[in-house]
Amino acid sequence: MTPHDTHEEPAAAKAAPGGGTPLLEVRNLEVTYARTPGSPAVPAVRGVDLRLEAGQKLGIAGESGCGKSTLALALLRLLPSTAKLSGEILLDGEDIRTMSWGRLRAVRWAGASVVFQGAMHSLNAVHRIGDQIAEPILLHGRATPAAARKRAGELLEQVGLPAARVQAYPHELSGGQRQRVMIAMALACDPRLVIADEPTTALDVMIQAQILRLIEGLVADQDLGLIMISHDLAVLSDTCDRLAVMYAGRVVEEGPAKAVHAHAAHPYGRALSSAFPRIGDLASRRAPRGLPGDPPDPAAVPDGCAFHPRCPVALDVCATQDQVLRVAGPGRRAACVRVGDDEGGAGAGDGAAVAREGAGGAASEGVSETTGSGS
Amino acid sequence: MTVHETTDGAAGQGGAAPRSARALARARRLHALARFWRQYRSHRGGVFGLAVLVVIALLALAAPLLAGEESRSVTDATGGALEEPSGEFLLGTDQFGRDVLALLLWGTRVSLMVGLLAAFLSVAIGALVGITAGHFKGWYATVVMRITDWFLVMPTLVLAIALSTVMARSLWTTILAIGVTTWPTTARLVRAQTLAVESRPYIERARALGGGHGHIMARHVLPNVMPLVLAQTTLVISLAILTEATLAFLGLGDPTVVSWGGLLQDAREAGAVSSGNWWYITPPGLAIALVALAFTLCGRAIESVLNPKLGVSR
Amino acid sequence: MSGAETGAVRGGGAADRAPDGAAHGARDLGVLAPDGAGDGAPPLLSAEQVKVVFPGRRGDREARAVDGVDLDVRPGEIVALVGESGCGKTTLARSLLGLVTPTSGRVTFDGKPLEYASRALKAYRRRAQLVLQDPSGSLNPRHTVYEAVAEGLRIHGYAGDEQEAVAGALSRAGLRPPERFFLRHPHELSGGQRQRVVIAGALVLEPELIVADEPVASLDASVRGEILALLLRLRDELGLSALIVTHDLGLAWNIADRVAVMYLGRIVETGEVEQVLTAPRHPYTRALLSVLPESETEPVILTGEPPDPSRVPSGCRFHARCPVLASGEAERAGVADACRTRELPVLPGSGPAAVACHWAEAVERAAG
Repeated sequence: MTPHDTHEEPAAAKAAPGGGTPLLEVRNLEVTYARTPGSPAVPAVRGVDLRLEAGQKLGIAGESGCGKSTLALALLRLLPSTAKLSGEILLDGEDIRTMSWGRLRAVRWAGASVVFQGAMHSLNAVHRIGDQIAEPILLHGRATPAAARKRAGELLEQVGLPAARVQAYPHELSGGQRQRVMIAMALACDPRLVIADEPTTALDVMIQAQILRLIEGLVADQDLGLIMISHDLAVLSDTCDRLAVMYAGRVVEEGPAKAVHAHAAHPYGRALSSAFPRIGDLASRRAPRGLPGDPPDPAAVPDGCAFHPRCPVALDVCATQDQVLRVAGPGRRAACVRVGDDEGGAGAGDGAAVAREGAGGAASEGVSETTGSGS
Repeated sequence: MTVHETTDGAAGQGGAAPRSARALARARRLHALARFWRQYRSHRGGVFGLAVLVVIALLALAAPLLAGEESRSVTDATGGALEEPSGEFLLGTDQFGRDVLALLLWGTRVSLMVGLLAAFLSVAIGALVGITAGHFKGWYATVVMRITDWFLVMPTLVLAIALSTVMARSLWTTILAIGVTTWPTTARLVRAQTLAVESRPYIERARALGGGHGHIMARHVLPNVMPLVLAQTTLVISLAILTEATLAFLGLGDPTVVSWGGLLQDAREAGAVSSGNWWYITPPGLAIALVALAFTLCGRAIESVLNPKLGVSR
Repeated sequence: MSGAETGAVRGGGAADRAPDGAAHGARDLGVLAPDGAGDGAPPLLSAEQVKVVFPGRRGDREARAVDGVDLDVRPGEIVALVGESGCGKTTLARSLLGLVTPTSGRVTFDGKPLEYASRALKAYRRRAQLVLQDPSGSLNPRHTVYEAVAEGLRIHGYAGDEQEAVAGALSRAGLRPPERFFLRHPHELSGGQRQRVVIAGALVLEPELIVADEPVASLDASVRGEILALLLRLRDELGLSALIVTHDLGLAWNIADRVAVMYLGRIVETGEVEQVLTAPRHPYTRALLSVLPESETEPVILTGEPPDPSRVPSGCRFHARCPVLASGEAERAGVADACRTRELPVLPGSGPAAVACHWAEAVERAAG
């Protein structure tokens, strides 16, 4: 079978529950950067389709350099001017890409907001946090200063901090508390879509659990759409409804979060999901699993399937033939030549598979392990 | 280069790199230099400053050829006193009949030498004080920084005048006076940069490897403050040249050598200001301003190439 | 109490610790042998009643960052020191390397107490190495890979062939062929490669012990496993001991032999990884395990953040956040008062699994 006979659109339509206009729809988004003025443009995002309903949580997973953060910034046109966008980014049916600046400003506050990683640097050290939360409300909400301050206090309570903390300066807060403040700021103008870029990276497990619980609660209460970006598939599958795994600027796997994490169809998805072990799983005891090699340089993406040089189960054809997303089960798609050959990757693991030296062997071992045992 | 899959033990034998490591290192350094030059070139002021400096440096080197030894001598003067510029004396003559242009050329040497040496001395003291004060915290840093502050609030010129008055009149006195009075700014800057570098994890790694104070300061702090020091040097040179001229103008320079400041003082004593001998008083003044400007422009350009976000990335 | 004493009681031979894949293979099955391999070996590194107190600034109270810790690392053993940020685990690791002088207690290495004179420390640092969390920060951006790896050799005046030693360390750290990396600068490497360079820099002096502070926390998921596999392989091939400081329990599960859970300056639970992580006894360990994404138990989310080391509560230092005390279970076990008022003893640095919890002890005593 050829990889092109499954077209992308039907699968996308099937993936979205219910009709009507989704909260966010991204069609064939491409982002290219010129690294220095005049140099050839480097693709960072190479054709991504996404769909998100209100109240839904979408996780985007991938290594650094896979384009996931660029994608997040592109959704609100927060990229530097050297970046070129093409495709469509429809928020409530309105294309953000072609929007006027005035409208975009309105959307950035009231329509969608971003929670960045590293709350330490995103807060201004010389202003009280209450004023920082109230600032967008004052700028856009036409509220009186007193009302805005009151609202800031309410928002802090909403994210689990005492309202009295409006008087605090960022340095008086701990890392977890600062991340809460960042979330309060993102909620200040009642957005419909929240994009969280690695919201819990660098936080301890306990604080991470607190923040994830908070985000989940807010999404459920306020019927927000959430896009959460992380390299930790376990965290995403725990929090999100659907998962998209990105590699080299493309979505290589997409589907219901739990299913993707437990039985990834793409070998890259499998490598990511086995990176963080489940405690008690004897197969991972004294057997850490990684993926040899580094993500490709966006300026020199390999021919064929971009993942083939690192793939533990690559076939000869992978070096020449580019792979598009194809149906890999109910509501699932994956961009791997092995998908659709037979169900489950375990059987396909042998045969013409090119086993790689060293830790690659461990990785391929992990692949069959994960697919075999599952949950 | 071949990619061979080696097992652990065997790789140790492959010590000799395919190309000599030193040749590669040299190529790499050249490459870095070329990149520096490419970025430097985009600063037009810096390029102008550099061009002026190259011309002035060449003139200073060629002074004996262009002007000749005898042109400095009062007794061998060929022209009349205070002649206006003419075909023979392009910038006229002084009160002894010497060619002002020739004196100006000779003065270039002294001004540049004093500027460079004094700046070198000043920056060396500043860097030493700054690095040690930043590295050794505690009472040492407190004492040293108090001294730095004391020098910082002392008016540089007054201090330099005081020093040159009590010491023997010579070029070295001038250099010493300038060097000893202008270092506190450098010390403060270098100390701040040292503190930033010292907080980086690689310092702790070096300590855990067993590196002592000397190792950390020489191998880690110094290379990281070097760009700052380099930029600071070029900026201090112009300050040193101005100070040298000022000291000479105030009659505190070495009377036996011809310098731009000395020329200005001679001109003032000869009454050039009141009698309108512009050719005597303007050229040295312009030369001082031009060289100081050129060094400042270069310093600013170097600073912006090397220092855009020093400490954040390379 | 020292490890040698417990070892004598428990038996077991040092030879079991030899870097031998087969020996570890048997342990891989996860069966907790009563005489775990190497339990009897005298510890290579050992902390005895170590306390580190930082003086308070301008009238603040002093901070008891490490407040009485016994911890042993035996030859060829990987010990994970687990805890939240601010629990004192990094300070403890630094004091074990002599980077911080303990306020009281002592650190012994290879049977001899650590001396803090600079010459003695330099000799010690040849044998015990540090790997830091952020590989980008722990490499000087102006040094090449070669210079970074050779730094230790130069500090200690290595007499042999420097280039050969550097190449050997790089290839052992998985950067092959090593010559290709000699002249690169850190910014030209990926995060995983940088961490390999840092590890190579530690390996080049052929140390007996590596102390790694969150060695994979800032790395991507795919690289994480590779670096952990490297640490595990170094133990198997070179017999290297390691103390790994982390907040990541999965890491401990992946590579460690023993785990010590730290809370507010004290170790609250310690033992073999299988035992502590699959059957945790301390409510704090239980809570930490329960909030992991794939945990099967109901998550117990502790409110608030670790309390301040300058205000260590009386009694059990965890009692203010303890879910067992809050739910009244401790009351039922009859230890609630003890939790609030009676301080717990310092746990032994090695030997059988131990827990510092009044409730766990009471429950186990009741169960027989």
